Amino acid sequence: MFCLLLVGLSAEAQKKKKNFKVAIEVDGVCMMCKKRIEKAALNSKGVKFATWDVKTHLLSLIIDENKTDTKTIQKNVAAVGHDTKGIKAKDHAYNSNPACCKYRDKKVVDAHDDL
Amino acid sequence: MKKNSIITIFLLLPLFLFSQETLTGMIMDKNNPKDNLGVFGANVYWLNSSTGATTNEKGWFTIPYKKSYKKLVVSYVGYKTDTLIINNLEPIHHFITPENELEEVTIKSKKKATQRSFVQTQNVFTVNSAELLKAACCNLAESFETNPSIDVNFSDALTGTRQIQMLGLKSPYLLITQENLPSIRGAAQVFGLTFTPGTWVESIQITKGAGSVINGYESISGQINAELVKPFTDKRFFLNTYGSLGGRLELNTHFNHKISEKWQTGLYIHGNYRGEKFDRNKDNFLDNPLTNQVNVMSRWQYLDTEKGWVSFINVRYMNDAKQTGEINFNPSLDKGGSDIWGGEIDTKRFDSSVKLGYVFPELPFQSFGFQFAYSNHEQDSYFGLKTYDIKHESIYSNLLFNSIIGDTRSKFTTGINFTYDIYDEFVNSINFSRNENSFGGFFEYAYDNLDNFSFTTGLRVDTHNLLGTFITPRVHLRYAPWEKAVFRGSVGQGRKSANVFAENQQLFASARQIDIQSSGGKIYGLDPEVAWNYGISYLQGFNLFDKKGDITFDFYRTHFQNQVVVDWENPQRISFYNLEGESYANSFQTEVNYFINEYLNVRLAYKFYDIETDYTSGKLSKPLTPNHRFFANISYETKPVELIKQWKFDLTYNFIGDQRLPDTSSNPIEYQLEEYSNSYSLLNAQVTKVFSKKFEMYFGVENLTNFTQKNPILASDTPFGANFDSTIIYGPIFGRMFYSGLRFKID
Repeated sequence: MFCLLLVGLSAEAQKKKKNFKVAIEVDGVCMMCKKRIEKAALNSKGVKFATWDVKTHLLSLIIDENKTDTKTIQKNVAAVGHDTKGIKAKDHAYNSNPACCKYRDKKVVDAHDDL
Repeated sequence: MKKNSIITIFLLLPLFLFSQETLTGMIMDKNNPKDNLGVFGANVYWLNSSTGATTNEKGWFTIPYKKSYKKLVVSYVGYKTDTLIINNLEPIHHFITPENELEEVTIKSKKKATQRSFVQTQNVFTVNSAELLKAACCNLAESFETNPSIDVNFSDALTGTRQIQMLGLKSPYLLITQENLPSIRGAAQVFGLTFTPGTWVESIQITKGAGSVINGYESISGQINAELVKPFTDKRFFLNTYGSLGGRLELNTHFNHKISEKWQTGLYIHGNYRGEKFDRNKDNFLDNPLTNQVNVMSRWQYLDTEKGWVSFINVRYMNDAKQTGEINFNPSLDKGGSDIWGGEIDTKRFDSSVKLGYVFPELPFQSFGFQFAYSNHEQDSYFGLKTYDIKHESIYSNLLFNSIIGDTRSKFTTGINFTYDIYDEFVNSINFSRNENSFGGFFEYAYDNLDNFSFTTGLRVDTHNLLGTFITPRVHLRYAPWEKAVFRGSVGQGRKSANVFAENQQLFASARQIDIQSSGGKIYGLDPEVAWNYGISYLQGFNLFDKKGDITFDFYRTHFQNQVVVDWENPQRISFYNLEGESYANSFQTEVNYFINEYLNVRLAYKFYDIETDYTSGKLSKPLTPNHRFFANISYETKPVELIKQWKFDLTYNFIGDQRLPDTSSNPIEYQLEEYSNSYSLLNAQVTKVFSKKFEMYFGVENLTNFTQKNPILASDTPFGANFDSTIIYGPIFGRMFYSGLRFKID
């Protein structure tokens, strides 16, 4: 009985949603980062809606699970130089960030503290 | 329910059995606490860590735990992000609350008084309340004094009404909306702007060029939208008084009251009165009409951000009475006689509207809206021995749906609308009544690559009982090639039926004979007006001496396929006929805004108009329209003391070039005018002293240099004679005028 339930649940969990809400943590500091992160997210196929919060560092998404998954989006966001919870941006991608988006630098982060 | 709890227990079992160092919990939606529904797909993670989890479809999550983890962040799209403090490993239950999307619109920092957008696709200029206060008096028609994109004309000597122009075309070619409901149209065309008190206006959006298809097909040279103050955001109480040495008194009060968390209501009362007679130029005619207006509006605003519903209900009643003509005219004795010339214009107007909007709580990019408006406008008037009565009942409704295609870079709006207009119109007792109705559908698509390119394209199809069935296309493009630069382009078509009498009411205050050269068309025997508008503009922001500024270049061309030509070129007559040949209006404008420092701001503008029409007497430039205009505005504020107390100074200069006057060469020599008027300059100034958050006073002067047009009324000595004409007005009639007033507000 117990096993059956578990199987049932996991099967249901795999049913893919057309409007799936999910949020991933993305590192960044300023409004310019916000624009870049949201653009990278929306440029990924299957992402319908993306908004990144400067304070919480959360990228809230509405995605079509048939077309994409959070991993792909994390990859695409990391590719424009922003670390995500799962995938770190490669150094050369990070280095091409504009000065205000150098979030790995503590000085830059502190400078944005009043935001 | 029972089944659910059994499942929950089973679900929990493995968690308790196998994981000691994990935290479990359930995330629920505050909207549906009764159902105890969990939120599927919410994110939980430990603050400053990379450890996170997502809730399952019952809303449960399990997250690894370490002693160093203290704060748990819960987030979900469209909901507020919460941070919880965790002290032990007992399962938690947490309700999340939806984000109040509409509340976020509240103003956070000091906004510029005017804003030229770098990101919008259309060429939009926003005038905020701070800018509206720079010209303290008094109604929507006078709100554009400090705005170079809009020209305020002196329309005639008798009604004292100012008409506005954009791109060299007067207001019938502009779509004027109030909160996106077409408002100044039909019978209200000439006086309508003066029926919206200035303090009711929260902000104005001016769109140059074709505009959007959403509000209809009538806009040709642009759209002006006035947003009114809203019960949720306006002051609890507001009082404004105004008095001028020109004998004008104005009073405005706003009361806003909160009924419940979701309902708020406002009552807005306006009165204006001008009872003192002035005849400074000694032509025996009143310089300004005597007026008496009462205007009352009640607004109801409903806001349920959790469920996504928004609504506005408006009811307004206005009564306006004007008396004009010779200074000794007494309506009760002289009306209908031919000894003393005079007239009265009585207008009663009732407006009501309902707006309803719904944003899908699950899909923040999807919404629908419904708008419905009913108005009844009744004007009874006479001018000497001529009478003009019009009653216009109008119904407007619009149903629209917004969503996306794929993702939020591609948005669309689609919908249908229906309008019904009943005109009962009598000119010297001749009946010109008619009904108009139209039904249309529209689709507008907007694309934005989130970077340097966006476009909006719209198409609508309408079927109208007099205009026929037709298509209206509109396209707007925006491209930002480099930093702080924006190029915009637009193309679009518009059409309208010309309300020849309502739009040209000044004709009644003259001896001119009305001559409609019918072509068998359906509106007064004339055809609908159809025009294309093309425009390009370039906006460049800059830093000069470390201070910000911007410069704009605009070029717009309106090309008429058909126009109802209003021909003033025979002084005995006013003729209306369908365009034969060419008619166009070219306008070029350049404008510089420069913020010399935080407190000092300069705006300069130059405008060039080239407007020509083929009249029966040949191709002529548009009369009473200068080719060249120059505008300058300087505003200075002292540094606020205790955050609020300050002085504000504002100075506006206008240069108006020479204007072609309508042909008067066939008049007797004493009633002939020059071919062109002289150019002139006008200067307005205003000082405001802010004493506290509650109280401020202002003092100002209009027409500081006291320039007036000499002899604005032709044959004012024989107003019942054949040459009487008060329609040729190119400058102010009333000279220098001082005013002052106060504003009192309670939050």
